[in-house]
Amino acid sequence: MAGSNPNAKPMNLTLKVWRQKNRNAEGGIVDYQVKDISPDMSFLEMLDVLNEDLLRKGEDPVAFDHDCREGICGSCDLYINGRAHGPEKGTTTCQLHMRKFSDGDTITIEPWRANSFPVNKDLSVDRSAFDRIIQAGGYVSINTGGTPDGNEIPIPKDIADRAFEAATCIGCGACVASCKNASAMLFVSAKVSQLALLPQGQVERKTRVENMVAQMDKEGFGACTNIGSCAAECPVGISLENIAILNREFLAAKATSNNLA
Amino acid sequence: MNLDSKIPEGPLAEKWDKHKFNVKLVNPANKRKYDVIVVGTGLAGASAAASLAELGYNVKAFTYHDSPRRAHSIAAQGGINAAKNYQNDGDSVYRLFYDTVKGGDYRAREANVYRLAQVSVNIIDQCVAQGVPFAREYGGLLANRSFGGAQVSRTFYARGQTGQQLLLGAYSALSRQIAYGKVKMYTRSEMLDLVMVDGKAAGIITRNLITGEIEKHAAHAVVLATGGYGNVFYLSTNAKYCNATAAWRAHKKGAFFANPCFTQIHPTCIPVSGDYQSKLTLMSESLRNDGRVWVPKTVEMAQRLRAGQIRVQDIPEEERDYFLERKYPAFGNLVPRDVASRNAKQMCDEGRGVGSSGLAVYLDFAEIIKRTGADSVAQKYGNLFDMYAKITGENPYEQPMRIYPAVHYTMGGLWVDYNLQTTIPGLYATGECNFSDHGANRLGASALMQGLADGYFVIPYTIGDALAQTPPKPVTTEHPAFAEAEVAVRERIAKLLSINGTRTPDDFHKALGHVMWEYCGMARNAEGLKHAKAEIQKLRREFWSDLKLVGTETEMNQALEKAGRVADFLELGELMVDDALDRNESCGGHFREEYATEEGEAKRDDENYAYVAAWQYVGDNQPEVLNKEELKFENVKLTQRSYK
Repeated sequence: MAGSNPNAKPMNLTLKVWRQKNRNAEGGIVDYQVKDISPDMSFLEMLDVLNEDLLRKGEDPVAFDHDCREGICGSCDLYINGRAHGPEKGTTTCQLHMRKFSDGDTITIEPWRANSFPVNKDLSVDRSAFDRIIQAGGYVSINTGGTPDGNEIPIPKDIADRAFEAATCIGCGACVASCKNASAMLFVSAKVSQLALLPQGQVERKTRVENMVAQMDKEGFGACTNIGSCAAECPVGISLENIAILNREFLAAKATSNNLA
Repeated sequence: MNLDSKIPEGPLAEKWDKHKFNVKLVNPANKRKYDVIVVGTGLAGASAAASLAELGYNVKAFTYHDSPRRAHSIAAQGGINAAKNYQNDGDSVYRLFYDTVKGGDYRAREANVYRLAQVSVNIIDQCVAQGVPFAREYGGLLANRSFGGAQVSRTFYARGQTGQQLLLGAYSALSRQIAYGKVKMYTRSEMLDLVMVDGKAAGIITRNLITGEIEKHAAHAVVLATGGYGNVFYLSTNAKYCNATAAWRAHKKGAFFANPCFTQIHPTCIPVSGDYQSKLTLMSESLRNDGRVWVPKTVEMAQRLRAGQIRVQDIPEEERDYFLERKYPAFGNLVPRDVASRNAKQMCDEGRGVGSSGLAVYLDFAEIIKRTGADSVAQKYGNLFDMYAKITGENPYEQPMRIYPAVHYTMGGLWVDYNLQTTIPGLYATGECNFSDHGANRLGASALMQGLADGYFVIPYTIGDALAQTPPKPVTTEHPAFAEAEVAVRERIAKLLSINGTRTPDDFHKALGHVMWEYCGMARNAEGLKHAKAEIQKLRREFWSDLKLVGTETEMNQALEKAGRVADFLELGELMVDDALDRNESCGGHFREEYATEEGEAKRDDENYAYVAAWQYVGDNQPEVLNKEELKFENVKLTQRSYK
């Protein structure tokens, strides 16, 4: 209606959706038909249509995670036609619109696949491993109050910009889902880089990277083999350069470690 | 009931310092004997949970998200205000205070707002120290931009993702306390009721959203940081999960609800494209710094545009009406949100709206792109332009954005005193969840400021005052009140699942949203509000007799979660209408058509309505009781707002 493609006709689609009752149940692909899908709908609005239809028929709607639907909260996490967040580059599932598909298409929708992200139900997975990695050191250890004036810590603009680029990670897990090793290196490296670049992060620079990497390994994420699918599929464009920074930070920390833990 | 706002005596500028000295302290060794529950982990909740844990309290934090990094604070784009005066352009604590009281159309408490302006400067220092990557100038110092409702540049930002960066800062502080074991974090856990013991808040009942397990949690104090209720309107810029359930449950246990009709309609959102629309997306107000708002001068030209007979690029300059610049030469495109929204509606009502629905106006960047280049514009607003292109399929570098107002923020909320304590002892409300600082209209970049002010710098002081007067005895959930509350929660869930009707929770939610937007939205009148009240009551009856759910309560059941939230919206919606009907004046976001100046601007009635309307629940399907807190203005002179 109001989009770029006013003449585009509503679409009929076949969906192949992963259904799994809970973490311990066996799952499988179930086929559904959805009709009259507007090209201006978002992908999740298309799933809303499916779910309303299922609920009216007395069938269990498909569970999936979502919230802001603006591409920033990092909740949505669908593996669409074999790609994290679907076919459009630099786009979260919630910002993917149906104009990227055609009438008659068959769309396969799966949850993130990684041992460290167990399935809660259907398309919803448990990403709390990411939180535990941040808890291991993804912060500057300061309490509230007693901090110096903001302008007493001048930061060159290019450094601030690079730190910002790394800090924009939304924690969705697409990097893990896209990696054949289910590695979390891009996620971990984004936080390590952000704080390693900034003067505020210097005090704990070594212990931070050591502890975060140790937690990453403990969570069972795979190793990085430098394929780069994580960065290629990252919806917010976190650069592979961050992994190089992480490796450098980790080696430097280990070589001169004062972390006795 | 006499509402005691507990505003400290003395001159405005000294109140907070004096109060901080006068509050009772909990000695460091005793702090670990107190348990505090914090519900919600957005800016207000995460900052409070982290700061309280740093002080030594045992904190239990709850979020219905899978992680405390997802709350809708994360979506705030434009920035955060602070009275740093780094730009040497005449800003001060007093000016930020003054702008906020004026912007709120003189319906906020002076003392609270002044404190907010005071602590705003500490917030920036705190966030910088956490490693929040704010925008910088080439000299390495912090950059600022201007924002609606102000004539100074006091807004700190991180490109168009300020909320994200601030929330991740608070999340990192919270994560550190979780690692230390000072915060016990409960994710995917929804608060479904407040437990009262001897007239005080004693704990909460939650549901684990994965297993369906109902849990009881006790504490010496409970802090609600559960956000606003904009999703009453179904379509809003709020995230899909945003809801009023925690606040509404607390209200039904005795916490007064203040100024529910004060809702903010944001002028710059992407227009609705179809009835399948699930939410609306904001385009940051900061775009109004460089974008110019216009519609065609004539209805005839607008009609041709809507019919596709002419392209927007082909409309000559003299055929364009830059209506904000024309009507408000002093503030131009930077008038406050309520003024910008109403003017956009007025243009569309006149038939000069654009887009296929006619419910949109243009926000045009041609001039700034010509003046500074597309690269410079991309540097500033790149992510917003990309988002717009993804949603609409149109390129805003080549043609103007289409925008229309949408529900964005709720100034109303749980009534709190100066200590942020509700009318229930031991229950606090912070951030958007409370009503305290924005009056009838919130200025841009002030929500982030208030959330963090409450969490980092207010509640850590004020909660100690109450705890110091509470014996440090261990808390338990043994009291029968916990079992009773648990039974009530279970019965309500069972009831929802047993109706077995035909209509889905979303179906009812959409119907409610339609009524609210039509009759209690950008413009309201008594007749429409009365009609809305009857419609909502009817919808509520239908909901409880015709709701369709499937599955059980002992599994992940997202439709069941939604149903519980819609049930609460169906009650809150009616209270919003009651409040809008009571307030026979126009102020800020509350525009009653019967009360307008000759020029169509909001006409306040300070004689009769300079009060906070604090509503008291007295029983299901009974009219709520109105309690008034008179607003005293000792420092700011009440004037008709003028941005001309």
